[in-house]
Amino acid sequence: MLHISKAFGGVAALDDVTFFAEAGEIHALMGENGAGKSTLMNILSGVYRMDKGEIHINGEHVSVTNPARARELGISIIHQEFALANDLTVAENIFIDRLDRFINWRELEQKTQILLDELGFDDLSPKSKVGSISVAYQQVVEICKALSRNSRILVFDEPTAVLTSNEVDKLFSIIKSLRDKGVCIIYISHRLNEVFELCSKITVLKDGKYVDTVNTVDVTEKQLVRLMIGRELSEMFPPKTASIGEVVFEAEHISVPGIAEDISFHVREGEILGVSGLVGAGRTEVMQAIFGARKRNGGSVRYKGQSIRTDSPRHSVASGLGMLPENRKADGVLLEMPIKVNSTLCRLDRYLHAFGRIDRKKEDEDVTRTGESVHLKSSGILQKAGSLSGGNQQKVAIMKWILGSCRVLIFDEPTRGVDVGAKIEIYKIMDDLAAQGVAIIMISSEMPEIIGMSDRAIVMREGRITGELSKEELTEYNLIKLSMGVR
Amino acid sequence: MEKTKFAKLGTKEFWIQNSCFVILIVLVIASAFLSNVFFTRQNILNLLRQCIPLLIMSMGMLTVILTGGIDLSTGSIMGICNMVVAWFLFYHFGKSVGGLVISILISMVVGMVFGLLSGFLVTFGRLAPFIVTLAISQIARGCAYLISNAQPIRLNTKEAGTAVLTAFGNKSIPGIAIPWPIPVGVIVVVIFFLVMKYTSLGRIIIAIGSNENAVRLSGISVTSYKIIAYLISGFTAGLAGIIITSRVSTGSPITGDGYELDAIASCVIGGASLSGGVGTVVNTVIGVLVLQLLSNTLNLLSVPSYPQQIIKGIVMIIAVLAQRQKTSS
Repeated sequence: MLHISKAFGGVAALDDVTFFAEAGEIHALMGENGAGKSTLMNILSGVYRMDKGEIHINGEHVSVTNPARARELGISIIHQEFALANDLTVAENIFIDRLDRFINWRELEQKTQILLDELGFDDLSPKSKVGSISVAYQQVVEICKALSRNSRILVFDEPTAVLTSNEVDKLFSIIKSLRDKGVCIIYISHRLNEVFELCSKITVLKDGKYVDTVNTVDVTEKQLVRLMIGRELSEMFPPKTASIGEVVFEAEHISVPGIAEDISFHVREGEILGVSGLVGAGRTEVMQAIFGARKRNGGSVRYKGQSIRTDSPRHSVASGLGMLPENRKADGVLLEMPIKVNSTLCRLDRYLHAFGRIDRKKEDEDVTRTGESVHLKSSGILQKAGSLSGGNQQKVAIMKWILGSCRVLIFDEPTRGVDVGAKIEIYKIMDDLAAQGVAIIMISSEMPEIIGMSDRAIVMREGRITGELSKEELTEYNLIKLSMGVR
Repeated sequence: MEKTKFAKLGTKEFWIQNSCFVILIVLVIASAFLSNVFFTRQNILNLLRQCIPLLIMSMGMLTVILTGGIDLSTGSIMGICNMVVAWFLFYHFGKSVGGLVISILISMVVGMVFGLLSGFLVTFGRLAPFIVTLAISQIARGCAYLISNAQPIRLNTKEAGTAVLTAFGNKSIPGIAIPWPIPVGVIVVVIFFLVMKYTSLGRIIIAIGSNENAVRLSGISVTSYKIIAYLISGFTAGLAGIIITSRVSTGSPITGDGYELDAIASCVIGGASLSGGVGTVVNTVIGVLVLQLLSNTLNLLSVPSYPQQIIKGIVMIIAVLAQRQKTSS
């Protein structure tokens, strides 16, 4: 791909990016969120059309005008979120775009079985409904779909995000065998260790621009991180200004049926407690259960030594507990609603007069002031939240809890899907909140974030707390050890 | 440069929100040209009076649609409320004004109970609003037939209470010569406008339609607000049923048949989104007027009712297409 440029509504998403990948190699594409990786791959697969640039395959200039054309050229993407029909069988899903008018079921299943056997998944039946098999197997189905089209270029977009470590191993062996067959593989991931294990070359993008292509053997993780963020990690986190006080929040013996058991922890005033662990360790579920957004078995929650009722979000919010959900678009903000409505949602009662009339003047003032305090970039408090950038949407979601005057806040992956600049600002907001005495519980899958922000961290693995680390003990090594269960 | 972008966006949104105004104005002009009786005081008042039951029902429908639900039972609730009020007036309370009040209250309670039932089934029963209200619609219609033995009740307009109701439906306010139902409709619309725009109830109902999960996680009881929405819809459907009764002085089990679809159509022509969170009171009023104007004009031109339906359907498609094209671009 040569000199690719693409702009969305005047904002450059890609600026003169050039990217080479060879047959039979696994090439990593890295960069922060918003660096332009997905845009580049969407151009390659014909989802977007580039403004400028050229794509060459085997030295031949090709034009990829739509996804169907990309498939003809042998380009396939395996997206993070699978494009599978849950109610159809494995075989139907694989051949969905090439079904004959009259389907020969036996032939279809045989072809599917051959593909599955090649990958070493003969235990998966072509007749199973896709909705009933595990996420890892669903990914296998996606891969089969790509292989059945004789793909020459295969893009994996964060394939391991949803997999357990066993499944990751299996996936890696598939990817390696594909490489040995001469397929060109482009691998997008945030996980440094995976990239170092799997890929021979790494191309780094930053803010829509090409930074560098390096051989994996020539760089260290540190150098790579510097390429990606363009600065030292330590510069990202604000100096700690909060002073830590008494224990204000305690959760004891919390269990979530089938997910987590006997979770107990406490947080102090002005303290940021990191919650680390692998995806699927049950961190989000436990916090949802504490907040009342999910059923829990037993356990108690105390605020300043007094037991509080948190069996529904309504009761939790009334007790001064708040939660910034992991999935901002689905659970965090009302995309169609203005910033104002979003920010005062949980404490509308403060602005009420007779007959439930809202005091708009006071509301406007409060929202404007809070917006300024978090450096919200918008055209005004009536701008729809959905038209803001990811980082600013997240700030709106945080404003809701600031205006809700919560004393204990759960931040679930607070910087997921936001760019580096906004990340730094969100860290600053968290530090400010802590300085005001708010106790913060921060779930994060990014280890630098846990290390940089937490005063203390607990690590979860398979639904249990496997350890607690003080500020001094917080190192990547210790975190990995506890989250993977290494002794 | 950024400023021009926002200005552009502004005009575009202006068009999306106001395409139903344009359609209304076009219809008014067309009607004025096509029929020389259209712009008479008598015809305009007639048009407005006719649209009042639909207008009131559409307000309740809008409330439910804003939460992301739908209420298919309103036509039947209108029917049962018409039956109940007529039955009580005819057999028990028709003789006095106090009796009239009691009959109306009982009838309204019946309407609200059906609304409440839908609300409970949608929230606690976790059933799809479409199915629940379709079932409630059947139940309400069945009850109406049961009460009436499938025979209409013709009210005795000589009794004092019944006479007041009939006068309300057929006479005008002395002095200004405006039919009584019109100010009632206006009051209902104004109340809904104020509630949706200025109160927490309105804001939270719209917020629920926009993103129910986020609202729940903000510590708001989504369940109670949804139930309130269906309750309101039952209330407005009942009120519509009573106003119809006052007009026709008859209790008939088929009253309100198909009204719910006109109410939904009004909301949609007014730009409301069936997935919730989008829609305004003013635009829904326009939607009602568009539908009513259409049948009024076609009646004036003595177009038979079947071609009328076809034309109505076409206008609906045009209205929705106009909004869609502008949204997607």
